[in-house]
Amino acid sequence: MFYGTELTNRLMLGTAQYPSPQILREAIAASGAEVITVSLRREGAGGGAFRDILKESGCRILPNTAGCHTAREAVTTARMARELFGTTWIKLEVIGHADTLQPDPFALVEAARILSGEGFEVFPYTTEDLIVGERLVEAGCRVLMPWGSPIGSGQGLRHRAALRSMRAHFPDIPLVVDAGLGAPSQATEAMEMGFDAVLLNTAVARALDPVAMARAFGQAVAAGRTAHVAGLMPARDMAVASTPHFGMAELA
Amino acid sequence: MRIDLNGTGTETGAATLAELIAAMEVDAASVATAVDGQFVPLGLRDATRLQQGSRVEVLSPMQGG
Repeated sequence: MFYGTELTNRLMLGTAQYPSPQILREAIAASGAEVITVSLRREGAGGGAFRDILKESGCRILPNTAGCHTAREAVTTARMARELFGTTWIKLEVIGHADTLQPDPFALVEAARILSGEGFEVFPYTTEDLIVGERLVEAGCRVLMPWGSPIGSGQGLRHRAALRSMRAHFPDIPLVVDAGLGAPSQATEAMEMGFDAVLLNTAVARALDPVAMARAFGQAVAAGRTAHVAGLMPARDMAVASTPHFGMAELA
Repeated sequence: MRIDLNGTGTETGAATLAELIAAMEVDAASVATAVDGQFVPLGLRDATRLQQGSRVEVLSPMQGG
């Protein structure tokens, strides 16, 4: 449940870097995503066509504050996005370092507090740090989005143990693994661990066949979610025969 | 009057933000605006007077991750 919205499909898909608008359109459809992320930029070529794709997709729009390095920039961007997209949802990114694209947790909490106070429903792009997560919840966030690994790196879940701790620490807060996923198996893993959704862009957009990869991620997320709900067996150190011993013939 | 429009020095005769948007020939409702780093809602563009050196941002929906 993301601010009162129930999602059937738990893949959130970015819309950047696709080879063509048509491929973007087909990739969104193939993924089954119900939420897509967008940005605000100075008008360039093809702006009108992009707006049409957003409308046609029927998806919920999650605007981001990508590229902002201060709370002030992010807050202004969020206000502009709310007017333009007619949504109170905002994917709050406040970047702390240009190379790692690591979130600046201090500015993030500051911006989250301001925006929550103005009625925004904030999806903060954060690290797996538990105390930062608590501060974000105190600031009004009802969703947290820890990174899997640095944006666009395709490294998958770089800090599995920390992500598991985060899941356990925030049992009632929807958690979305955002960024760094490179392969569908990594998305499955995040979902099996109990994360509520994953958000990704580059792994689909930069695939040789983005439409097929979008479908693969959609399936992977669904499989991981189903597996989590089904309850995974615990791993064991020793072998345990699955075929019953009872009734075995004596052939030696 | 010379302003900074989306990062480019621009000569304009527009007195207000609304006039500037109209002169740009974009649909007023399809862009979001800020002046000097502050968001200016659609309804306040008429009342927002431009000054020499005003930094105006006119933003549109774009691809994003």
